[in-house]
Amino acid sequence: MITFIIRRLITAVFLLLVVSVITFAIFFLIPRLAGQNANELAAQYVGRNPTPAAIQQMVERLGLDQPLPVQYWHFLKGLVAGENYSAGPSVTYCPPPCFGYSFRSQLAVWPQMVSALPVTVSLALGAAILWLLGGVSIGVLSALRRGSIFDRFSMGVALAGVSLPIFFTGLISLELFSYKWPLFPNVQYVNIAVNPLLWARNLVLPWVTLAFLYAALYARLTRAGMLETMNEDYIRTARAKGLRERSVVVKHGLRAALTPILTIFGMDLGLLLGGAILTESTFSLPGLGQFTVLAIQNQDFPEIMGVVMLAAFFIVIANMLVDILYAAIDPRVRIS
Amino acid sequence: MTDPTNPLVMTDSVSLASRLLLQVSDLRVQFATDDGVVKAVDGVSFSLERGRTLGIVGESGSGKSVTSMAIMGLHSGKNTTITGQIRLDGEDLVSASRERVRALRGAKMAMIFQDPLTSLHPYYSVGHQIMEAYRVHNKVTKQVARKRAVDMLGRVGIPNPAVRVDDYPHQFSGGMRQRAMIAMALSCDPGLLIADEPTTALDVTVQAQILDLIVDLQDEFGSAVIIITHDLGVVAEISDQILVMYAGRAVEGGPATGVFGQPGHPYAWGLLGSMPRLDIDRVDRLKPIPGTPPSLINVPSGCPFHPRCGYRDEVGGDRCATEVPLLREIAPAHVAACHLTSDQQRSTWARLSEPVSDLPETKAGSLLASSDPANEVQS
Repeated sequence: MITFIIRRLITAVFLLLVVSVITFAIFFLIPRLAGQNANELAAQYVGRNPTPAAIQQMVERLGLDQPLPVQYWHFLKGLVAGENYSAGPSVTYCPPPCFGYSFRSQLAVWPQMVSALPVTVSLALGAAILWLLGGVSIGVLSALRRGSIFDRFSMGVALAGVSLPIFFTGLISLELFSYKWPLFPNVQYVNIAVNPLLWARNLVLPWVTLAFLYAALYARLTRAGMLETMNEDYIRTARAKGLRERSVVVKHGLRAALTPILTIFGMDLGLLLGGAILTESTFSLPGLGQFTVLAIQNQDFPEIMGVVMLAAFFIVIANMLVDILYAAIDPRVRIS
Repeated sequence: MTDPTNPLVMTDSVSLASRLLLQVSDLRVQFATDDGVVKAVDGVSFSLERGRTLGIVGESGSGKSVTSMAIMGLHSGKNTTITGQIRLDGEDLVSASRERVRALRGAKMAMIFQDPLTSLHPYYSVGHQIMEAYRVHNKVTKQVARKRAVDMLGRVGIPNPAVRVDDYPHQFSGGMRQRAMIAMALSCDPGLLIADEPTTALDVTVQAQILDLIVDLQDEFGSAVIIITHDLGVVAEISDQILVMYAGRAVEGGPATGVFGQPGHPYAWGLLGSMPRLDIDRVDRLKPIPGTPPSLINVPSGCPFHPRCGYRDEVGGDRCATEVPLLREIAPAHVAACHLTSDQQRSTWARLSEPVSDLPETKAGSLLASSDPANEVQS
């Protein structure tokens, strides 16, 4: 088991390296292949109508005139160990993980992402708990009462949940529960350390909206998985042993049906931690998703790169955790 | 003598009644489907004494497995209707509450299945699964249950059971998995063990070992065994009684020596004729039964076997297609449901088993090559 975890850790690091190469290539190799020279690239960093001197200074500061492998090395070094940016006499140290400076605000990218992260984490984790509990239990009940009114109703709602986009359900919920019946008025992000109660209250609508989409998906997946596992021979064996139906369903059925769901859960959560763009935009939550939208609108390459790397990091880590959890659940995985 | 309503229940001895473990009378299992009602089991009766072995044989879809699942109370669908009586130790299981049947399941009656790989849960160790079976019915600590699991694994011939108890099913070979299933089934010392095609999914070399194991453990635990199979060689070796099922009905039944030595039903002749045999120097090919098993929604009128039967003309008229043959005693404790007269049955079987120069009786004896003493007592 330990060697398995170590192997997965090494794979994760390697994957992140590959991601960094691809990200770097997209932002520095492709423009060059497209015929952009160092000056044109640097011009994007200095704002409108830049003077040639300012461009030249930026080229030197970012090392854009150097060969690409050297640039990548500096990029990677910045991520791992931090980087000194020299602009004439003044030297700025950018501590690790260094994603460089925003085009617009000239602020370092990493601290900006760090301040946006708690919002996204609050949103994603809260919603994840809701949809996992809700989706799985509805799915199990639906599978056990296949064809019943409960099954048909919940699967109908689930179909709606999967089909309706966040910006629709989100706006409807805001209209109904924030304006018409102000149960949750004035939805805005409050730091959990400042006021935990207000933090939770203001996140209820975003949580429910986001969880509704995923719970619908998970209910359908769980239902399908349970219907399949409850037909397995080992379920018949469990019944033949005289186990109570409850332990047959939970210990033998659900445990096997949950494994594929766990995989998808890891991916979904990893993806959301990189920014729940639609939900954050709908509810004006200043998380990574909104940070990303702004970065793209402004064509702020360092910020976009930072977000891409961070999102990739979350997905890789989530996948690694899922793999390790998988091995803990399914003994057959540990062998290979 | 046999009870006319329940021809396979022998009532000629008073002491027998107390030795009876299982008594199934007029069992009917029906499934309502979109296409109609499937009469999977249609009025089957048989009984089994403690420590004895009953072999139920028949093609796929003849109702063998449905019967055994009904005994175990494993038909749970709301589209399933079960009527008749299943008396285990005098207690009727058909009318008993689900909770009562659940409590009996695994404790007084246990079952092993065809495919031991898919029948064991892949996520739990073999020991855990045996402990689970033991602890449902016995209020003991984990340590005690674990000792029981190790002990049971040892008794079914798993080498080094104290270590292998923590292995997972995928670390066991096919034969070992079936041994583990048997260990699990016998962990609560049930009076009745139902083995549903226990050797079908196994290598031929392992099949014999598993059968030997079942026989040995049956002696050791004193359990009655119902062995369900389409492999006549399997039942011939270990059964005391045979029940031949066709289209959800019992068409022939009796002592193993009788059914194999002097079968009275054309379907039984067909089954025996389609079995390869080493004891006779056969020049002609195996004779499969023509046609396919009938639909259980529209069971043929009269004798359900008549569309596939080659002896309708000997009965004469369209009696086979119109009149349902009842189980009739053709030899002591040996019944068959066929319109052929006993003389016709005897002479036809004698002709069918022609290629050998021996008399049919001795040939039938040699069929049961490894017959155990129980068979001889009955014959």
